[in-house]
Amino acid sequence: MLSAAEARQVLFLGYGNPCRLDDGLGPVFVERILQRGLRNVEAEADYQLTVEDSAAFEKCDVVVFVDASTCGTEPFEFSRLEGAKELSFTTHSIKPEGVLALAGELFGRTPDAYTLSIRGYEFNSFGEGLSPQAADNLKAALVFAEQFVQGLEKNVN
Amino acid sequence: MSVSAEAQANKTKRVVIEPVTRVEGHGKVTILLDEKDQVQQARLHIVEFRGFERFIQGRPFWEVPVLVQRLCGICPVSHHLAAAKAMDRVVGAGKLTPTAEKIRRLMHYGQMFQSHSLHFFHLVSPDLLFGFDADPAVRNVIGVAKKFPDLAVQAVMMRKYGQEIIKATAGKKIHGTGAIPGGVNKNLSIPERDFFLKDIDQMMEWSRGALKIAKDYTMAHLKDLEPFGTFDSNHLSLVREDGAMDLYHGNLRAIDSAGNKIFDQVDYSDYVRYIGEEVKSWSYMKFPFIRSAGAENGWYRVGPLARINACDFIDTPEADAARKEFMALTAGKPNNISMAYHWARVIEIIHAIEKIRDLLHDADLQGDDLVVSGARCGEGVGLIEAPRGTLFHHYKVNEHDQVVMANLIVSTTNNNEAMNRGVQQVAKHFLSGAKKITEGLLNRVEVVIRAYDPCLSCATHALGQMALSVELYDHQGNLLDTKAR
Repeated sequence: MLSAAEARQVLFLGYGNPCRLDDGLGPVFVERILQRGLRNVEAEADYQLTVEDSAAFEKCDVVVFVDASTCGTEPFEFSRLEGAKELSFTTHSIKPEGVLALAGELFGRTPDAYTLSIRGYEFNSFGEGLSPQAADNLKAALVFAEQFVQGLEKNVN
Repeated sequence: MSVSAEAQANKTKRVVIEPVTRVEGHGKVTILLDEKDQVQQARLHIVEFRGFERFIQGRPFWEVPVLVQRLCGICPVSHHLAAAKAMDRVVGAGKLTPTAEKIRRLMHYGQMFQSHSLHFFHLVSPDLLFGFDADPAVRNVIGVAKKFPDLAVQAVMMRKYGQEIIKATAGKKIHGTGAIPGGVNKNLSIPERDFFLKDIDQMMEWSRGALKIAKDYTMAHLKDLEPFGTFDSNHLSLVREDGAMDLYHGNLRAIDSAGNKIFDQVDYSDYVRYIGEEVKSWSYMKFPFIRSAGAENGWYRVGPLARINACDFIDTPEADAARKEFMALTAGKPNNISMAYHWARVIEIIHAIEKIRDLLHDADLQGDDLVVSGARCGEGVGLIEAPRGTLFHHYKVNEHDQVVMANLIVSTTNNNEAMNRGVQQVAKHFLSGAKKITEGLLNRVEVVIRAYDPCLSCATHALGQMALSVELYDHQGNLLDTKAR
């Protein structure tokens, strides 16, 4: 059995606006995964990804970007992520591949990275809470995330 | 009348740049050409996401400073503080305790520092370091990271420093709860203070470096920048009673393009008597104006350029020295050069970090007297100088403590007319006579809008980002050309 210090550290970065219905899937995911008290797991939520997130990978071996998807596969999609080789135009926010690229360029950190895109349905008005379907998708994503973390431990063992 | 119908009626071509990149939300630019391919009209359209004011209605007033942060992922702290200031009036808190006001100020300067740093290094420096016509694949933050890695690290660490201040004062990075009606709910501990003091000299040094870049670039390219998207305008901002720049609190001052005062030291609770909001059929965003000057001539600019033009001085030494250099460029008169926004913005980075340094040495931050209250009131107005400019929050609250009216005028809305004029000026200069949309035009339309650091997610209550696409229509509405990035 590995000690906590030897195990792979996982960071979940959830983003979205909890006041825009299903756009809040990322932050709600973070809230729920923290409640599970998993070993070697950290989680942070924000409205959107920004450049300073690239400095957050210092202590993590694996990073998972968690966001709501408007048209992806149900209940969620989990994909390996590569850093962007180039980045054209962006807004104040930055995409996961941009954050990953910056982490490598600026801080020499290239953790294994994944995106967890949880399918949402209601985005077009203000309101708190998830739609019933999105809530179901979130549950499935949480179960998967827990298995994923446990799988990492087994692989290391 | 729709743009297409208008185009047909006026025998014009329509150029659509949609949406604008490196700004938030859904914005598009339409440029109407006449039969001689001359620009007749250019407009910045913003697709508004309505309903936030309505969403707030019925909520208990004490929830509002937290709720409004969800308006925008870019400047939630500005909304948090403006709403808290409005609710101070509702709970009858005339003057906050020294600890409460200073904690709020620290939060605000942290927000200003990180927001301006992000804008300057992440969004603007690629234009300055690589040139307006550089390949967009290079002219971005990754390009900066590859060619100027030290600068890129500074940018990230400055942004992070400001964000950590927000986290320490607001309680958390997302949905901060630090400012409450009548005060704050926490002070700054000694360990927290020492954590920030450890890096303050480095932040000062990096800020000075940013100032040098902005100033040197502006002076070296003045011939090109001076006419670029430039026009005379009024300027509006809060100023302190002695005329000093004050980003957190003060009274309203408006000046014209020559520096004459239109009004001064106006209590912002009376803003509706001085500021009107015009609705135009083609735009979801309102067009605010100074009532005494009328809708036609009373439009104004807000933000760093306006603040430096409107104030008499800055009460921190390095920022004031920088302000004097800045104002010397226009012989002490208001600077109306749109591209000077960037230089002005970096002067405010200096001011913010000087203020943070001074506050960190102030023992009031560790005080325990956090909240005051007084006679309950049914209405409150809160204004703050947000990174992008003056932000208005206005609420009415009923006897059951529920919000029954909310009106917000966000910074980007205040700059609406100015951004439209900038786009029009650039389009006329760089497109007229051309048969097709050039990369150079696209780049320059983006550059002029970016000068204002618009946050369309605030202005439109929308989030999101999309690629850039451009469409060219003839005067009958036929698509002639399209470009996409």
